[in-house]
Formats: sequence, structure tokens, C-alpha cells
Amino acid sequence: MDLSFTPEEEAFRQEVRTFLAEKLPKDIAEKVKTGKSLTKDDHERWQRVLEERHWYATTWPKEAGGPGWTPVERHIFDEEMAMAHAPRIVSFGVHMLGPVLMKFGNEAQKSRYLPRILNQDDWWCQGYSEPGAGSDLASLKTRAVRDGDTYVINGQKTWTTLGQHADHIFCLVRTNPEVKPQEGISFILVDMATPGIEVRPIKLIEGGHEVNEVFFTDVRVPAENLVGEENKGWTVAKYLLTHERTGIAGVGFSNEALDRLKGLAREQRRNGKRLIDNPLFAARLSEIEIDLEAMKVTNLRLLYEAQKNGAPGPETSMMKIKGTVIRQALNDLSRRALGPAAAPFPSEDLEGNEALVAPEHAHAAASYFNNRKLSIFGGSNEIQRNILTKTVLGL
Amino acid sequence: MDFEVSDDRRMLADTLSRFLSSDYDIAARNKVAYAAPYHSPEKWAALCELGTLMALAPEENGGFGGTGFDVTTVFQELGRALCPEPVLAQLMAIRLLMAAGEDLEGPLSGTTRYAVAIGELSAPYTLDLIETEASGGTLTGRKSVVYGAPGADRILVAAMAGGTLGVYEVDGSDARVTAYGMIDGGPAGEVFLDATQARTVLADGAAALQDALDWGTLALCAEAVGAMDWSFATLLDYLRTRKQFGKRIGDFQALQHRAVDVSIEIEQARSITILAASRMGTPEQSRTCSMAKNLIGRAAKLTAEETIQMHGGIAMTWEYPLSHYAKRLTMLDAQLGDTDFHLERVMAAHMAA
Ligand SMILES: Cc1cc2nc3c(=O)[nH]c(=O)nc-3n(C[C@H](O)[C@H](O)[C@H](O)COP(=O)(O)OP(=O)(O)OC[C@H]3O[C@@H](n4cnc5c(N)ncnc54)[C@H](O)[C@@H]3O)c2cc1C
Repeated sequence: MDLSFTPEEEAFRQEVRTFLAEKLPKDIAEKVKTGKSLTKDDHERWQRVLEERHWYATTWPKEAGGPGWTPVERHIFDEEMAMAHAPRIVSFGVHMLGPVLMKFGNEAQKSRYLPRILNQDDWWCQGYSEPGAGSDLASLKTRAVRDGDTYVINGQKTWTTLGQHADHIFCLVRTNPEVKPQEGISFILVDMATPGIEVRPIKLIEGGHEVNEVFFTDVRVPAENLVGEENKGWTVAKYLLTHERTGIAGVGFSNEALDRLKGLAREQRRNGKRLIDNPLFAARLSEIEIDLEAMKVTNLRLLYEAQKNGAPGPETSMMKIKGTVIRQALNDLSRRALGPAAAPFPSEDLEGNEALVAPEHAHAAASYFNNRKLSIFGGSNEIQRNILTKTVLGL
Repeated sequence: MDFEVSDDRRMLADTLSRFLSSDYDIAARNKVAYAAPYHSPEKWAALCELGTLMALAPEENGGFGGTGFDVTTVFQELGRALCPEPVLAQLMAIRLLMAAGEDLEGPLSGTTRYAVAIGELSAPYTLDLIETEASGGTLTGRKSVVYGAPGADRILVAAMAGGTLGVYEVDGSDARVTAYGMIDGGPAGEVFLDATQARTVLADGAAALQDALDWGTLALCAEAVGAMDWSFATLLDYLRTRKQFGKRIGDFQALQHRAVDVSIEIEQARSITILAASRMGTPEQSRTCSMAKNLIGRAAKLTAEETIQMHGGIAMTWEYPLSHYAKRLTMLDAQLGDTDFHLERVMAAHMAA
């Protein structure tokens, strides 16, 4: 047993750290740190900086334009990104669709879309969920009917993250309603500028706009946009989901949040003492710290397995559950550390002259509420438990 | 033993509930709760017209209630409807003015609206470390996150004069108040006092302030019970109707057992609130209020988090009323002492013994 990273890995960490210190735009990092939402331009500006170093498509092999990193290197990179308050890479194009096209796409699709993903010419979003099809994705109803060399799509997608910025959407559609649900689904690429598509914003609990509804009315899409075979989309969808779940433990984010919380608890005063000196608070913080330490090692054990065996196993579901629970607990304690000062609605008015709390904490409550999503999306924690029940426990 | 609700209180609850559900439904609520002035002066007037505030004081002070159960009756309905009106501040003001033997006409009719400013940035919950100073008929200091402060006609302020904690009254227009809305709706503000003209209400006011805090705490507990009842009923409806995998999601045992656990905690919350209400005015008042607030903090958070989780994405949206209940249930922990603060108070008795 040896829990230390190799000298090469340590050197790599230093390299990433130096790069981030030099290249991450300060204004963007500040927004991430204070929990403010990023503009489309913020994302693209940062992703261009990464791509200059070929560190954008981190999940891609070298020959496709990625850095060809091992899972451990990717993990180190993610950790450092979070600690430096770098924006999370918008994963729909680069981490989800990219690998799918490499595996299932035809030559025309690969040569057309992959370079455009790398150069950020296209902004992709994910059209899986529907109002009636959440956890039970296979019950989706959006219809695609073949008409000569086009598909005509009718239906509705929902929860489309950052769809307001997207010019392309990859969708699961029903191409055969007569067979078992999983067997009549296809995976198709749609240009959002096609007539008949309407995007409507959904406002979330804390007031932000990050998700949308997308309506399709007689949307005509070239048949060549089908990825893989007609009615075999479920295989494609599942392959994409395994990519959606990598790095889902969010170890880096939790590290950063714990660090920040410790600082906050040293600043905040209660009853003439620092909050961190309050035994109840210190106990809560310490328990989370213990959980996080253990999770980091669990995560490394899984990375090690993945490095040895190639693909991550169903254990990623374990990391999804534990990782989201820990992050939510950290959000919860950060909000509580501020006491009543966490309660004001973060708004422009508050940021001016007499801000209640240090501006970098103003969004603590909003972040807590927004991050309730962590245990719901990407396959809810209940669904992850169902997966583990079957695959790991064999029940 | 008798756990029946008296006819008078049932009538009060019905009246309030009818008004709130018809005239102040969630759509109307959300419209006012998140935009300045973060409540509705017209609805405030209508609520007062119904006699809501009268229930907060006993007959000898001009009201028609004033017991713990009267207060919980009112606040449960306010919680069930997620009402953003600053009734809590008014209740606490009424208790302080009663202690000072002052005329309650204005506060009980609601024609004079009060805010109560106790907490400060580094002492959000305690009376021990208040730094605002009273001297020569003026106040100087800063009060933080004062619920109901914007637009209040008068502000009752806890301040120190020569080592004694007192209660002083400032005219709303004399104090500098920066207003903001809360993440869970409703108005609050920072109150800046800079040699601001003040009237002494209680020169020695520590006991009265603690009493006002206890009553406020009881009210918050009752508000939470009302909001939890609403949230749980909504969850049950959803578990019965939402279908995934060809079944109602309520058919999955993984959700059934958790829903049962939430319902048990809500009953516990109701019980401790009843206990606290029954002990108002007894030597056990403060301690029981602390017990109640601690348990409420835990139960309300569980209810908020679990009702969101078991709904899935829909409960994450602004459009779906539950999200606003969840925010209120979470944030009321930060008012008048959170779970840890009250746990420490309960612990203190054991540790001193
Ligand atoms: C902020 C946000 C962003 C999102 N982004 C995207 C996106 O970009 N693209 C996209 O396609 N989708 C996206 N989603 C959708 C997300 O994947 C779904 O919300 C999720 O799959 C859950 O579906 P649902 O909300 O319909 O809940 P439901 O499936 O209706 O579930 C309701 C509850 O029942 C539980 N449940 C369901 N089935 C079972 C079972 N068999 N056993 C036990 N419990 C069960 C669930 O865990 C949940 O607690 C996003 C969601 C959110 C909230």
C-alpha cells in the first residue's frame, strides 16, 4: 500500500497549479468563488485558454486532440481546477457527445463535429429528460418519424441545462413506439436553429436561470444526423451516461468548500468567540472533514481500479451518492455559519454600499438551495442505490 | 388531558385560513414577497382587520387571547400559507410593550407597525454581547438582519446603558434602514443608529427581551409546523400521482419509508410546540422554547430536503410552490437562534447541574 502520488504525478500537479495561477482570468475566478452565474462568454473565454494548452478535452485520447491523461491525472487536474475557482468545463459537447461520436459516430460525423467541439464552434446541450420521463428515461415520448431523408420531430424536452446558450442539442427520440421502450429509441443531433424549436427558460428555486424547456413542432432534421443505428439509441445513451458520471464525486469542489468553511468559521464571531471555537460547530465541521478524507481515498481506490481495468465500474454510483451528500453537507454548514446574515436574497442592491456579509459569502444560501440538484440530476441518488443494489450487492 | 382545539381558536384558524387561501394564495404571495417592499401593506391591513393581532394579547391588555395556544394557532396558519407579513415582529413588540405596561391600541390594531431590533453582526442570537449604546436619549450602533424593519413605524431596540440592557423606541423615520428581501421572502434590513433620538421603554429590559425572544421562538415553531404540514400533504399527493417505471413513485419502498420518517418527525415537532405553548408563563418557558426550536430546526430541515428530493427536479423550480416552503423551512432556523444555539442552552442546564 502506498497512498502517495508518484513523483511524476506530483510534478504534474505543480504544472497544473502554475498554469492556473498564470492563466485563469481573475474576474472569472472571482465570479466562481462568490457563486455568481457565468456568462456564455466567461465559459468560452476560459475554455479557449485551456484549449491553447490542449487541456480542454481532458477525456479525449491524444490522437483526437486530448491530452491523453490517465484517470489519476484527470483527477489531479479536476482537484486543482476547483481549488483555483476555475469554472467547471461545460461538459455536454466535450465530455459527453465527444466520446459518443468517437465510439458510435460515422466518419462524416466525426470529421464534422469533433473539431467544432474542440474549437468551441458549437455549444451542445443534452435533450434526454422529458416532463414524463425523468428517472425512467426509457419512457420518453418525443417522436421522430422518418420522411425520406429527414426525421420529423415532435415533442418536448425539459431540464435542458444552459440550453439558452446552445446552438445544438443531442436528443433521445422515439423512432418505434411498437416495441419494448428501450428498443425503439434513437440518438440524434439537432441544430437548434431549425424551424419549429422553441426554448423557454425555467427559473430555479434560488432565482437563477440555468435550465430550460425545449419544444419541438414538426422539426425537420436530416437523417444523416442519426448517431449509430436507428432504434439502437439506448446503447448510445447508456454509454454517454457512464461519462456523465465520471468525476461526479466532486472531490475538488468539496476540498475547496471545506477550506473556505474553515476560513469562514475563523472569521465569524458568536458570543465573543470565533465560531470555530464553538464545540458543536467544530464537531459538525470535523465530521464532514472525516467523511471527506475517507471519500478521497475511496475515490483514489476506484481511480486505481479504473486505471488498471480501463473503464470505471458501477462503483461510480457510490461516489455519486457520497460525493453529493458531502458537498450538500458543506453547503449546509457554510450557510449556517453565517447565521441570519445568510438569509438576504443576494441581489445587486445588496452588493453596493452596505453589504451585509463579506461579498464572497453572499451566495451561501443560494448555493445551498441550488445544490439540492446534485442528488437529483445525473440519475438521482435513489436510482444510484437501485443500481448498486443490483450490480454490487447482487440483490 | 385534552388535546382538543377550543372552538374559539378553531374559528380563528378557519377565518385566517380562509382569508389567506383566497386573498393571499401562493401566486399573490410570491408576487409581493420577493419585490420591495417584500410584503403587502394592503394585505397587512386586511390581516389586522380580521383580528389576527388581537389574538396575541390577553383581554386585560385589550386583546382576546395571549396564551401560547393562541399564538401557535395564528402562526400555524401563517406558516401553512407561507405568509410574508411581519407578524412575528409585531408579536415580539406587543410582549415588550406589555412588559412596560404601555397602551397596546396601536400595536394590536396594526395601525402602528413595529420592528424589534436585537441581533447584531457578531452577536446574532444572544442578549449578552449587545454593543449598541444608549445615552442622553439617543442610540448609537448597528442592528443586523432586522425582520420587518423596512417601513416599520417604530423600532424597539435592545441597547446598553451603563452596563444595563434596556429597550428603547426609535421612530422608523429617524433610523437609517437599508432594506432587502430575504431568500425565503419577506422584508428585513440593517438598522443604523447614529446618535438617533430614542425613548426609553424599559430601562432594565433583559427579562422582557428574553420573554419576547421566547414568544417569538414559539411563533416560529408554530409557523414551521404549519409549513411542514403543507409540504408533507403536497409530497403525499405527489407520491400518489407521479408515475415512473409504470408505477406511482409512492409504490417504491425506498420512498415510502422515508416519507413515513418525515411524518414521524413532523408529529414530534407538533408535540414539542404544544409542550412549549403549554409552558409559556411558567418557569420552564425559556428552556422549553429552546428545546422546541432545536427540534423544529432539525425536523424542518429534514422536511425541506426530503420533500425536494422525493419530488425530483420539479421541486427545484421557482414555479412549484413547494420550493418556497422549503426555503422558508430552512431559513427559519437562522431566526432567533439556530439548532446549535438552542441545543447549547438545553445542554447548559445539564452541564451546570
Ligand atoms: C438542475 C437540473 C439540471 C438538469 N439538467 C439536465 C440536462 O441538461 N439534460 C437532461 O436531459 N436532464 C437534465 N436534468 C434532469 C434530471 O436528470 C432529472 O431531474 C432526474 O433524472 C430525475 O427525474 P425527475 O426530476 O423527473 O424525477 P422522478 O424521476 O419523477 O423522481 C421523483 C423521485 O422519485 C424517485 N424515484 C424514481 N424512480 C425510483 C425508483 N425506481 N426507486 C426509488 N426511487 C425512485 C427519484 O429518485 C426522486 O426522488 C436536470 C435536472 C435538474 C434538477
